Amino acid sequence: MYDIIIIGGGAAGLSAAKEAYDPDLNILIIEREAKLGGILKQCIHNGFGIHKFNLELTGPEFAEKTADGIADLDIEVMLETTVTDIIQFKTFDLTVMNEAHGEFHLEAKSVIIATGCYEKTRSQILLPGDRPAGIMTAGSAQRYLNIDGYMVGKKVFILGSGDIGLIMARRMTLEGADVLGVAELMPYSNGLTRNIAQCLDDYDIPLYLSHTITNIVGKERLEQIVIQEVDPHFQPIAGTEKTFDVDTLLLSVGLVPDIQMFESLKFAVSPVTKGAIVDQHLQTSVDGLFACGNALHVHDLVDWVAEESERAGRYAKMYVQGTLDTHRQEDVIPGDNVRYVLPHRYDFDSADDSVKFALRSTLKAAKGTFKITQGETLIMHKKARHIAPAEMEHIVVPKEKMVSNAPITISLEVT
Amino acid sequence: MAKREMICIVCPVGCHLSVDEETLEVTGNRCPRGAKYGKKELTNPTRMLTSTVKTNATLQRRVSIKTSDEIPKGKIFEIMDELNTIDAQVPVKSGDILLKNVCDTGVDIVATTSLDR
Ligand SMILES: Cc1cc2nc3c(=O)[nH]c(=O)nc-3n(C[C@H](O)[C@H](O)[C@H](O)COP(=O)(O)OP(=O)(O)OC[C@H]3O[C@@H](n4cnc5c(N)ncnc54)[C@H](O)[C@@H]3O)c2cc1C
Ligand code: SF4
Repeated sequence: MYDIIIIGGGAAGLSAAKEAYDPDLNILIIEREAKLGGILKQCIHNGFGIHKFNLELTGPEFAEKTADGIADLDIEVMLETTVTDIIQFKTFDLTVMNEAHGEFHLEAKSVIIATGCYEKTRSQILLPGDRPAGIMTAGSAQRYLNIDGYMVGKKVFILGSGDIGLIMARRMTLEGADVLGVAELMPYSNGLTRNIAQCLDDYDIPLYLSHTITNIVGKERLEQIVIQEVDPHFQPIAGTEKTFDVDTLLLSVGLVPDIQMFESLKFAVSPVTKGAIVDQHLQTSVDGLFACGNALHVHDLVDWVAEESERAGRYAKMYVQGTLDTHRQEDVIPGDNVRYVLPHRYDFDSADDSVKFALRSTLKAAKGTFKITQGETLIMHKKARHIAPAEMEHIVVPKEKMVSNAPITISLEVT
Repeated sequence: MAKREMICIVCPVGCHLSVDEETLEVTGNRCPRGAKYGKKELTNPTRMLTSTVKTNATLQRRVSIKTSDEIPKGKIFEIMDELNTIDAQVPVKSGDILLKNVCDTGVDIVATTSLDR
């Protein structure tokens, strides 16, 4: 019987493990790959760790530094092992598989879900036209190139301006491919602004905003794509067709928390984030079940993944030690122009000296003010600049500002 | 006076900088690194370069690398060619120098992944 089992050995799982550690607890990390580190192993570019380590690291370096953080602790790690199901009686019963032992079961008092996210594929976004080879997610292309050393194509177009797509536009260019453009359905990019600057602008790769793909041509291998401008209702505008001869189309159209395998547990899931609904302790609606990192909501910066996951680890430890106590939970409500706020629920009584929120807006704005209200009372506001759905905002409300234990609403006023 | 608008790429915050083309004065930066970046973009633009090189490891077919410091933007493709000459032998440790003074830039090529097999 383990006290805590952490599923996933990426940045989230490793950070959670470090904070959950206690010499008296039995902690296990289960990771399906042969090496710890998760998706960061293939993110070879730099820019990670500014907030966490005050250093500019590459993905693999950040992963290694995080893994080193638990190397000397007595934490068990099972590599090349996959969790396929979990059920709960009094404790959690995990169905686990690996090559050495086949299928077996493990028991834990508490479980932390740190399984990361997956990329949306063609079948999830309904692309028109033929279905030839040469269409894949940007993340798969990243793995082929950076881990396996295999270029997926020579003439490339990218659909979606998410960070992975932008990073891959530069990466494929550096490796000699001709990247003809990036098309984005929205009138703004979904990637970090710095990635537009250093991945597209530096290499004169055009970004077609408010454009989508309206035809795909190719028998066996992709040969051609057609893009078209869209109107404010996302309908293609006739006469705006542009044709590109390409052999590869990379999709960077969104990430989704990877939690399908946990269906048996029936915890509440947010229709917006597609991850679990959690309270300020990162605890789901199932007692003892915690979630963090990209498995909870998609993060753009691993630094925030690490910070959030450390908290999940800390609270899971308190849970098994019997010191985690939550009573009255109130909702945290996303108001005008706010897509979601995490945590979804808050027990203000047991909060420390401040309450912390992570949120995303629904729109892009040069300037705005986040307003935090309880009932009719405005308890705090925070000015922000360059607000974008792609960039997560953080708001800390000192406890003395709160006027009651009523639900909190956070909205964004564009100025 | 003419100003150049740009995005600071030093960290993911991505501040919008405005650089005076004559005085090289930078505004819009949230930290001193942004001021340094803005000035340099107008005088001598440089970039960190990250890529991968060949290896005899079995755990992965490629080892990720970075330049030990920024290199002139104009030399990026020349350095990419030079990387093809590297074949990293296991055990590789993150931080190992795989090639010294690449293309006479004074900058080294450093491994960013450790592979013991
Ligand atoms: C392709 C891609 C590129 C990205 N690039 C960047 C970037 O450049 N910069 C940035 O800051 N962020 C990037 N991100 C976001 C990045 O995912 C986070 O920054 C962070 O690394 C996520 O950490 P995580 O631990 O939550 O997830 P992951 O790193 O994905 O870790 C999840 C781990 O769980 C394991 N796992 C999953 N299911 C199971 C199971 N059933 N059993 C056992 N193990 C399992 C996986 O093998 C994996 O190792 C990228 C994300 C993706 C998908
Ligand atoms: S100015 Fe400072 S905070 Fe802003 S992007 Fe540059 S390095 Fe980051």
